[in-house]
Amino acid sequence: MSRLAQTFQNLSASGRQALIPFVTSGDPTPEFTVPLLHAMVAAGVDVIELGVPFSDPMADGPVIQKASERAIEQGMNLTRVLSMVAEFRKGDDTTPIVLMGYLNPIEFMGYEYFAQAAARVGVDGVLTVDMPPEEAEEYVPLLKSVGIDPIFLLAPNSTEERIKKMAEKGSGYLYYVSLKGVTGAGHLNTDDVKEKVAQIKQHTDLPIGVGFGVKDADFARTVAGIADGVVVGSAIINKIQENIDDLSMAKQEVIALLSAMRQAMDNEFND
Amino acid sequence: MTEENNLQYDMPDEAGHFGPYGGKFVAETLMEPIKQLDEAYQKYVKDPDFLAELDKDLHYYVGRPSPIYHAERWSRELGGAQIYLKREDLNHTGAHKINNAIGQALLAKRMGKTRIIAETGAGQHGVATATVAARLGLECVVYMGSVDVARQVQNVYRMRLLGAKVVSVDSGSKTLKDALNEAMRDWVTNVDDTFYIIGTVAGPHPYPALVRDFQTIIGRESKVQLQTMIGCLPDALIACVGGGSNAIGLFHPFIDDTSVKMYGVEAAGDGVETGRHSVTLGAGRPGVLHGNRTYLIADDHGQIIETHSISAGLDYPGVGPEHAWLKDSGRAEYVNITDDEAVEAFYALTRMEGIIPALESSHALAYAMKLAPTMSKDKVVLVNLSGRGDKDMHTVAEREGVEL
Repeated sequence: MSRLAQTFQNLSASGRQALIPFVTSGDPTPEFTVPLLHAMVAAGVDVIELGVPFSDPMADGPVIQKASERAIEQGMNLTRVLSMVAEFRKGDDTTPIVLMGYLNPIEFMGYEYFAQAAARVGVDGVLTVDMPPEEAEEYVPLLKSVGIDPIFLLAPNSTEERIKKMAEKGSGYLYYVSLKGVTGAGHLNTDDVKEKVAQIKQHTDLPIGVGFGVKDADFARTVAGIADGVVVGSAIINKIQENIDDLSMAKQEVIALLSAMRQAMDNEFND
Repeated sequence: MTEENNLQYDMPDEAGHFGPYGGKFVAETLMEPIKQLDEAYQKYVKDPDFLAELDKDLHYYVGRPSPIYHAERWSRELGGAQIYLKREDLNHTGAHKINNAIGQALLAKRMGKTRIIAETGAGQHGVATATVAARLGLECVVYMGSVDVARQVQNVYRMRLLGAKVVSVDSGSKTLKDALNEAMRDWVTNVDDTFYIIGTVAGPHPYPALVRDFQTIIGRESKVQLQTMIGCLPDALIACVGGGSNAIGLFHPFIDDTSVKMYGVEAAGDGVETGRHSVTLGAGRPGVLHGNRTYLIADDHGQIIETHSISAGLDYPGVGPEHAWLKDSGRAEYVNITDDEAVEAFYALTRMEGIIPALESSHALAYAMKLAPTMSKDKVVLVNLSGRGDKDMHTVAEREGVEL
């Protein structure tokens, strides 16, 4: 069983939801990332979305854009992200890692080479923001052939037909983008999300993660009440940005946020 | 637009692919809006009322058909083929950009959208969009890199006069590509009431085909006009290529006419060997950016890198996917011209013919200066004079050390 399937099965058995942080690899320095990943796992996260920085992150808001720019300035690229995963795997063989980013770095590396290399270092899933299933006829089978889950996004305006398509092509989990907008924008509307997640669930048994707009522990708790996973990105990167001159403080703040979210999510039904 | 149906050439396919290029590489939130746009476009492109309104606007508002001018004195001076100029510089707002802006704005109106957004580099597309939005009473927001805002002050002011809000974009390299990213972000956030008027033949399907179809008026008119003037097809077409909208507009109606050679001219900036250039087709490699697969200028890891050209309108690290296809298929040839060569052609046309061309178009003219002398005097070269040079006075004066 894949790490992602195992993780969601364990969570489901204990009646809990996945806490899924997103961090941009190499932000603000390459040395910062791997220790942060281990600390996040210790704080109770279940799956890690590791951002591959790209020069033109069209679907991201200003917070993640800045993180990408900082990482690229430090010389981050896809090859180095894969090395980071390999390094992380030396100390953690169970926490699933999902690479999240844009297609061009993968196009330049070559699909086949990327799939092989990613599988070898222990990547579990790949979420390529600008690669819809329509364009992925070669890509999806390649990833699946090496045991990597292709993870697709669904949005508030995704039609029934598209939900079915994602359910068929995707594996690992489906990522529901809770609002029309870029990462870190606005606040999600709980009722709308609830309704849409229910609609998606009619077509798939895959776990549903919800992200874009999860800012604090209260929101994490609310989302945990309606989905299988809570994705938090910009709120974490904000903590890094606010403490850019004191990286041990940055790490501490990120962990404090995630711990609070974990606690809020696990106490969801005990209030 | 109906004459196009006679073409054998029928790219793109239904999914928007030109061979391996083009396509729809966007985040999920945009999949539904681009599908709606495609459906609306397919519907209205056959709608007689829509086409009549477009034709009327192109005639009475833009001033079409734009003339073709035989640059006799310049041709004689160069001593080879006869050079003819398609005068897109005489359109309202001074460039070919208005052809597409009008088409898309009319589409926006039909689709019930009340807000228009656009990206712009040199500002020509921004001005064209702001112009059309003013006329139709639509709210208009134009995204422009902060570097371009600083070097195109007049066009920024022009857009503001027209009632548009110009948003200066400070991310990435702060130029056209970043303005496009920001416009996409706006669109994702405001898809319900907003229409995104892309200015070039890039972006996700259906934009490359849609923008092309609004620009093919250039080639369709040229074919008819040359028939009247010289009674035959031209031997060669020359147009500058940044994103490539004026070039595809000229080339497309001639694609089946295999005797007509087509030359797309990219901006070599300081020279391809210096790394400071915008020679996407000539020196880039295929990848995915801004919703389509095409040639890109990027580093070995796929990060898009900064381009350079004296003309802001050619300063773009991608190129329309149809040009990528025309290059690979060999139907069109892509060459390049440096800043210095373009400026030389700028002076030549100004002094020889009394026409001040845009620096973008000067790249096409510079290639004509190279090509025409290699051809006999009975041959005909048609150059797309895509825009006028008024906007470039500051750039040229600065090069001469003149303060305006």
